[in-house]
Amino acid sequence: MHMPIKRQLVQAGRHAAIILFGLLMLYPVLWLILSSFKPNHLIFTSGSLFPTSFTLEHYINGWKGLQGISFGRFFGNSVLISVMSVLGNVISCSLAAFAFSRLKFRFKGLWFSMMLITIMLPYHVTLVPQYILYNELQWINTYFPLILPKWLAQDSFFILLMVQFIRGIPRELDESATIDGCGQSQIFFRIVVPLLVPALITTAIFTFLWSWDDFFSQMIYLSKIDLFTVQLGIRSLFDPSGQSDWGALLAMSTLSLLPVTIIFLLFQRYFLEGIATTGMK
Amino acid sequence: MKKQTKPLYGQQNTTAYLFLLPWLIGLFCLTLGPMIASLYLSMTKFNLLSSPTWTGLSNYVHIFTEDDTFRRSLGLTFYYVFLSVPLRLAFALLVAMALNKGIRALGIYRTVYYIPSLLGGSVAIAIVWRQLFEGNGLVNQFLSWFGISGPSWIAHPDYVVYTIITLSVWQFGSAMVIFLAGLKQIPADLYEASDVDGAGKIRQFFGITLPMLSPVIFFNLIMSMINSFQAFTPAYVIGDGRGGPLDATMFYTLYLYLKGFSFFDMGYASALAWIMLVIIGVFTAIVFVTSRFWVFYGDNQEGR
Repeated sequence: MHMPIKRQLVQAGRHAAIILFGLLMLYPVLWLILSSFKPNHLIFTSGSLFPTSFTLEHYINGWKGLQGISFGRFFGNSVLISVMSVLGNVISCSLAAFAFSRLKFRFKGLWFSMMLITIMLPYHVTLVPQYILYNELQWINTYFPLILPKWLAQDSFFILLMVQFIRGIPRELDESATIDGCGQSQIFFRIVVPLLVPALITTAIFTFLWSWDDFFSQMIYLSKIDLFTVQLGIRSLFDPSGQSDWGALLAMSTLSLLPVTIIFLLFQRYFLEGIATTGMK
Repeated sequence: MKKQTKPLYGQQNTTAYLFLLPWLIGLFCLTLGPMIASLYLSMTKFNLLSSPTWTGLSNYVHIFTEDDTFRRSLGLTFYYVFLSVPLRLAFALLVAMALNKGIRALGIYRTVYYIPSLLGGSVAIAIVWRQLFEGNGLVNQFLSWFGISGPSWIAHPDYVVYTIITLSVWQFGSAMVIFLAGLKQIPADLYEASDVDGAGKIRQFFGITLPMLSPVIFFNLIMSMINSFQAFTPAYVIGDGRGGPLDATMFYTLYLYLKGFSFFDMGYASALAWIMLVIIGVFTAIVFVTSRFWVFYGDNQEGR
């Protein structure tokens, strides 16, 4: 009887340590969420994490947004950009991945190695000329600079992800389809795409997350306030030197984390498996 | 599309290029073309309004001989990368090993530890971080329990970089998930055999766990390094957006952004970008070359 009790104690201790450390990890997020419900004078003075008096005032104030543009607009803009990016990446990357994994063509090795190299390329090296190009096209203050690269499969990372996935689909399926008279594009749409769905979901959720958070590009290409995204809206509510309306800022920050969190909780399996198999982010 | 008559490829060639068309257009118009253009621009003076004037290597000469901000921002970025990447990976490995003991409720713990990686890239969390490390913020309140009165981590030029490093280390969850998957691949009989031979836990860690995980560590190291070199949002939001206080948040990417899009010195910014490309290339190459000596590909491990 001696051993099991000792082992149980060790187990309980381990759980306690992991839970405690986990709470410490989540503390900043909990602080953000709970503070957004505290009245202004309690946000920084109150010692307790949980609000002693509860208010929704910050959400109402914050939602009013900036210069007459409501935060709802910023959310709409961010959703539009993210959804269009997701569609672009899913479609264009899967097309390219099918060619790389299933078709024979000239210079395949060359193109494939270029694709691998672009995964590691820092985006700064194309930043200035891309800006000039979009400026020439008069696309500054439009969403094209944020969305077009996705429709042209420039997140090569996802091409690689799908190439590896398609390589795992048995070729016999293709061959029997060929015997039934299917062309290559029919094989793609009827056989590969339905089996590729898990990889497409992984691509979709990571594209959504990354374009939702892509503060840098949004800041460079968008300066009109009615085009602002959630990230830009929050950054504008925040005044690093002086007085920010902290209540509204924390409330809108909490909301800004909501879509990503919901998607994560819904598709957790794809997130965690996607990371584990490909080593993403 | 090009008609290909060689029988080896046949009509698949045309189909393949049709499938590749979006990617190829992007490769030439958004990647290769702009890369060549930025190399050219890096040898010019260009402010977007008038056309570029050729100045040869003078941008590079200026950067390497006269630009103190460049030197400081490069030093700061290296400091950040070399502290935050190893710390983040070490935390990831430690927690992954603690979770990999056949523990119950692993799924929930994994989710909890992953959440910082999920949210950490947002402006919202950077703002929270700024608040936590403020002079009267939660970190100092915590330290005061132990009788330590901490400085304002945000306002002090010597300390603000540590605020940004903790934000990066906090997001160890994604690396942890990869390590967890890697640890599951290690055959249990290796540990059992070494138990029989009387090897201790530390010996097992260095003799079995680390070598077996080395391909995963290698991949994590490369990707974290490349990403950390390009960090922008935390430096921009936690600092004042202009590199302050006293250039202590002037990360390389922020400096490049300010040169290009605040001062519209786009030739100079392009030169900075190419220097960054070379630096990242050299470091990636070093990791690749040395990997022969420390990355162990066992028979069942697929190397990447």
